Amino acid sequence: MSLDRTDVEKIAHLARLDIAEQDIQEYAENLTDILDLVDQMQAVDTTDIKPMAHPMDAIQRLRIDEVTEGNQRDQLQTVAPAVEAGLFQVPKVIE
Amino acid sequence: MEWEAVIGLEIHAQLATKSKIFSGASTAFGAEPNTQACAVDLALPGTLPVFNAEALRMAVMFGVAIDAEIGHISVFDRKNYFYPDLPKGYQTSQLFHPIVGIGHIDIELEDGTTKRIGVTRAHLEEDAGKSLHEEFPSMTGIDLNRAGTPLLEIVSEPDMRSAEEAVAYVKKIHAIVTNLGICDGNMAEGSFRCDCNVSVRPKGEEKLGNRTESKNINSFRFIEKAIKGEIVRQIDLIEDGHTITQETRLYDANKDETRSMRSKEEANDYRYFPCPDLLPIVIDDEYVEQIRSCLPELPDARKARFLEQFKLSDYDAMVLSAYRELGGYFETVANTAGDAKLAANWVMGELSKHLNQNDTDITVSPVTAEMLGGLLLRIKDNTITGKIAKQVFEAMWAGDGNADEVIEAKGLKQVTDTGAIESLVDDVIAANQTQVDQYVNAEPEKRGKMIGFFMGKVMQASQGKANPGQVQGLLKQKLDALAN
Repeated sequence: MSLDRTDVEKIAHLARLDIAEQDIQEYAENLTDILDLVDQMQAVDTTDIKPMAHPMDAIQRLRIDEVTEGNQRDQLQTVAPAVEAGLFQVPKVIE
Repeated sequence: MEWEAVIGLEIHAQLATKSKIFSGASTAFGAEPNTQACAVDLALPGTLPVFNAEALRMAVMFGVAIDAEIGHISVFDRKNYFYPDLPKGYQTSQLFHPIVGIGHIDIELEDGTTKRIGVTRAHLEEDAGKSLHEEFPSMTGIDLNRAGTPLLEIVSEPDMRSAEEAVAYVKKIHAIVTNLGICDGNMAEGSFRCDCNVSVRPKGEEKLGNRTESKNINSFRFIEKAIKGEIVRQIDLIEDGHTITQETRLYDANKDETRSMRSKEEANDYRYFPCPDLLPIVIDDEYVEQIRSCLPELPDARKARFLEQFKLSDYDAMVLSAYRELGGYFETVANTAGDAKLAANWVMGELSKHLNQNDTDITVSPVTAEMLGGLLLRIKDNTITGKIAKQVFEAMWAGDGNADEVIEAKGLKQVTDTGAIESLVDDVIAANQTQVDQYVNAEPEKRGKMIGFFMGKVMQASQGKANPGQVQGLLKQKLDALAN
């Protein structure tokens, strides 16, 4: 499987990545190489192997339902570029 | 041409956990913005989610309640999209291995028959934050208190054929989750909301038409109106030669119409993949059986019991069994008063009226079930009339004490002394000669109805305290004596 310019542009758009026009070709080649590797792996016979959701052979630990985090707004908002009335401010989003 | 609507619903039920699905921040409603959003909810670098055991238990409870398959292995996936109220850039959800698999519920239709509606799946996911577009001129404000609140998304099969069936289904799911105590069901606060997928096709046609999805509808009435409107809109379009675009629409309750929000084609690429931050959840049979064995009584079972034990009408049994608190309240009243029919009438009548008018939850009703039961006892033993009982109820609601205290303090005891009633009856007959003449001259079979006038006058004169049975008996006796 190989990716062309349009695929790269679409992926970049979905991931909100701003990529330079002259790099698109290189990205397309790199990503195609990765997919070629996937193709190689697809060739391995995995008939009796169960798909894994995670490389670690472990199960999820559960947390007891308790409120352990109090109000940390002031501290957490020190890293925000803009804050008003307790709200994080972002450029206007219009649906 | 005759058309058929095909409706499938996605319900988001907010699980009633104390803390969030992946963090220890509080889920309480109505806090100051961002005071319940911790580093995990804000997706700060270096944080990791840890799954809330209670959210798992609640999801499994729901699965057991709708007789669904529970996945032995359940996996969280990332649903990728960008929006400022989703700080991680993905929503942690479940696509491939949901906790709850195929199940079903039965809904009652208006003609008294039941219909089985399939539940395709129910999966756990986190809610997003809130965007406030109106507050500031050039910026959008983000409140992340709701981010990470656990949701159970319940997806139905496209089994419903009318808005009424859809509402019956939503009400049943609502009754199940509130009875299980896994969701507070508060639709106004967004704890329970519904996306409606609607398409139409010529009756008899197998193939489904293009569907639209109306999102986040938060009342039973709006669900019904939105679906009805959407069905009409689609049929009109097709009959005018247009086709239906698959799209997301927004229901505007003020205008009572849906309008286009975005077309799905481009937006739909969520690039789901298993979340590497969360390990698979393993659910063993013992865990499921343990939950099954402590499941509370569900609405269907309670309704059947109310029909059997209290001999209620089908309608009364349905209304009273829908909510756990309401059902429990009714049972206490019925058992205290020893009269289920009377208890049902008062709970569904006077009590519900007061709760609605004052926007009060039954759990904090100023008139407790014991108090209402005590009041009904006084109707049953003829201490007070039904009419006076409403006065007593008002006083109890206002905090004047229990029924006996109110009756005593206000002197509302029913007059059963024959001498006292007789003198009232004599006064009324003497004061209304015209009506007495009419009575005397009327055909005997018409007199029964005419007694009502005198009844009213006597009851009024006694301030509602005279025993109505005695009054009626005496009136009839005396008036008939005049006639003959």
